[in-house]
Amino acid sequence: MTITLSAKEVASKIEENFPGSVVESSRDNLVVRGDSLLDVARFLKDTEGLDFDFLNFITAVDYYDHFEVVYLLSSLEHNHCLTVKTRCHDRENPAVPSVISLWQGADFQEREIYDLFGIKFEGHPNMKRIFLWEGFEGYPLRKDFI
Amino acid sequence: MATAELDIYHLVKLQAVPPDWPGGFWWHWLFFTVVIIGFVLTMVMGVIYIERRGMGRMQSRLGPNRTGPFGLLQPVADAIKVLLKENIVPTAADKLVHWLAPVVAFAPALMLFAVIPFQNGALLADLNIGILYVVAISSVSTMGIFMAGWGSSNKYSLLGAMRNVAAVVSYEIPLVLAIVGVVLISGSLSLNQMVVAQDIPFILLQPLGFLLFFAAGCAEINRSPFDLMEADSEIVAGFHTEYSGMKFAMFYLVEYAEAVAISAVITTLFLGGWRGPLLPPWLWFVVKVLLVFFAMVWTRTTLPRIRIDQLMAFAWKFLFPMALLNLFITALQVLADWPAELAWAMIIVNIAVMAIIILIWSKFFFRLGGGRIEV
Amino acid sequence: MALRTEPFVLNMGPVHPSTHGVFRMRATLDGEVVVDIEPVFGYLHRGIEKLAEQRTYTGTIPLTDRLDYISSMSNNFAYCLAVEKLAGIKVPERAEYIRVIMAELQRIASLLIAVGSFLNDCGAYFTPFLYMFRERERIVDLFEMVSGQRLTYNYMRVGGVSQDLPKEFMPALHKFMNLMPRFLDEYDRLLMQNEILIARAKGVGILTREQAINSSASGPVLRASGVKWDIRKADPYSVYDRFDFDIPAQESGDCYDRYRQRVEEMRQSLRIIQQAMEQLPPGPVRTEVPHLIRPPAGEAYARIECPKGELGFYLVSDNSIAPYRCHIRPPSLLNLTALRDMVRGWKVADLIIIFGSIDITVGEIDR
Repeated sequence: MTITLSAKEVASKIEENFPGSVVESSRDNLVVRGDSLLDVARFLKDTEGLDFDFLNFITAVDYYDHFEVVYLLSSLEHNHCLTVKTRCHDRENPAVPSVISLWQGADFQEREIYDLFGIKFEGHPNMKRIFLWEGFEGYPLRKDFI
Repeated sequence: MATAELDIYHLVKLQAVPPDWPGGFWWHWLFFTVVIIGFVLTMVMGVIYIERRGMGRMQSRLGPNRTGPFGLLQPVADAIKVLLKENIVPTAADKLVHWLAPVVAFAPALMLFAVIPFQNGALLADLNIGILYVVAISSVSTMGIFMAGWGSSNKYSLLGAMRNVAAVVSYEIPLVLAIVGVVLISGSLSLNQMVVAQDIPFILLQPLGFLLFFAAGCAEINRSPFDLMEADSEIVAGFHTEYSGMKFAMFYLVEYAEAVAISAVITTLFLGGWRGPLLPPWLWFVVKVLLVFFAMVWTRTTLPRIRIDQLMAFAWKFLFPMALLNLFITALQVLADWPAELAWAMIIVNIAVMAIIILIWSKFFFRLGGGRIEV
Repeated sequence: MALRTEPFVLNMGPVHPSTHGVFRMRATLDGEVVVDIEPVFGYLHRGIEKLAEQRTYTGTIPLTDRLDYISSMSNNFAYCLAVEKLAGIKVPERAEYIRVIMAELQRIASLLIAVGSFLNDCGAYFTPFLYMFRERERIVDLFEMVSGQRLTYNYMRVGGVSQDLPKEFMPALHKFMNLMPRFLDEYDRLLMQNEILIARAKGVGILTREQAINSSASGPVLRASGVKWDIRKADPYSVYDRFDFDIPAQESGDCYDRYRQRVEEMRQSLRIIQQAMEQLPPGPVRTEVPHLIRPPAGEAYARIECPKGELGFYLVSDNSIAPYRCHIRPPSLLNLTALRDMVRGWKVADLIIIFGSIDITVGEIDR
């Protein structure tokens, strides 16, 4: 069975290395700050014992006053997984660092989130709309679109 | 090897039709022109039916069976449909080239039949350089195909046309070398003389030559497994992507007319042309052509297609050396003046040599595949 | 003296005989060699994720059918698992076994199309394609018996399946199980050692192990590159932990290995179906759930091993009758991430084959 790692333990490990980056951590909810996301992700990928080499998915949810970008990471070797979230309170120009340098699987998914939510991923080489055509006004999956 | 005069073929009507039958040069020309055009068009319709029905049955489906009894009128229906379609020419196309291409492609396919004998001496022109004419003319239709590819101003067509030119140029050589083997044994370039000399069909005396000619012939006429010139799944339709209506029908005709032509040449060179007991000779000819064509349909249904660089590697590194070896061995046998009574021994030796050469070459010297280029 | 050449852009447009649906690739070619490729999708974007927010939980099930339309049962399965995880609904035993049988039959049907169209792209002019479809017809007939549909089944419900198996289903399934292994052997005899197939597909389009893991590939693509990762064994869902089956894996990750992988997976699916048929218990096929399900507020992610890879549904609920957010993790989109690296340096003909060996369905990419 795939074990979901306890967010509290991982949060304490992250806090040791990157103090101030964890915003909230409960049993299965780990939220990190946007600007330390890339360092935390690199730490999660490279640390022995964590080894999160497989990015399952990236998605975003619109909670009226903030966006939440959700990452599900897995380790194929140890068979455990972890959900990492980051919040984005700016609704005009939301921006989150891109993890494409760590996991290439983030390529199309980050473009999709930009296309449907408007969240820009800094560091992505090809930040263009993917499903809708160039020149489309608005971001459909936001709650205030329709 | 001396031309044998064994009397087991007394049932074959070996008396020759005189070259100005029925009554003078122009009547002969008119009669055979009409016969050739009629033969080609009927045979094309017949082979289209055989291909569609045969392929359908081999793919565990029915094939056309609605139009007429057993779907026999399907090619007629296709012809009528294609005549009624709109003729679309792309605006950026080179109009004259686009219009001329089907003509240039089709004419040689018809002209090939001028030297193929339907019966002893029954051919439009008994040229004594018959097979050389065949080789020369069959290359001209490549020009038509390249004109089609270029004149369509479409990148897919251009890709298809380039592939076609590369393939035809590569496969000319094994084709011609396979023919030379037959020429050596029969002692003449004239197709009629070759059939007369085949008391034993040359497929038995030249098995390697037959296989080489079959493979090279399939490549010349864009049949599977070498049909990458019009590969449906890659480049939409290759050089005839931008053609519709009657011009497309001409290309379709070209493909099948050339298939019939190559089958007819194979029949004449290797299977004994019009020779055979009991039935009239022209009927034997038709039967043999249809058998060879059926073999082509069979390979088309069964085999996947190969890639362009593998196609050229196959021609230059596999067929060409084997054709040279075949020629060398045949020349040795002819020079040694193999007696006619031991022809059966020659057959066995040739078949064994063919098997050994193919096995050794394909196991040790030649492998298809690979081909990544650093970008 | 080198000849000056210039690369040109060839647009293998949305309408093309071989792009497996409306999928566009802008290929930059230098002669026949592919220098660069840019996939363009969105031609089938229907906004399923947004639509799901306005439909009830049960009403989204037909929408999920249309995601990967050639393996609808798997999509239904994944979605129902996600809702059941969110709402804490338990599924009766018989329904679990029926779901497993349907999912594995669907896997065989989908892999038949994948293998058939791969061979079609190789140029074997429809013959293996039609042979595979002959077998798929039998499976689709079985599905028509249970759900009345041939393509988008809408069969599974939250809490079980929509109706029990009719009485002619099990004899027909027995007949199918007797015939199928023979056909797989026949295809192996015809195709596995075919020189031309080996020449076209071996060594072509290699996806290394590290690249596959890094680009979130899953399913047969990942396993053909040498990673033995199958969600049915690693994170078993439903009743998969009660069956005995192997996870095949290949070594080199080229097109031929992906083709072999799919054939081997079909054999393993037959094993699972055989065991499920024997262990099928009697009983109800659906728990009683309210018509409008209101799961408690929270989120859940459920994933299955669908024929293309890992299909997952991430559902967020706010205690209303419709999902607050429904995100679909599309295996086809993520398997395509490495396409550019796999294809560069090969020829146009190889581009089509490599693309066909990844096996995508555009409905799932675009949602």
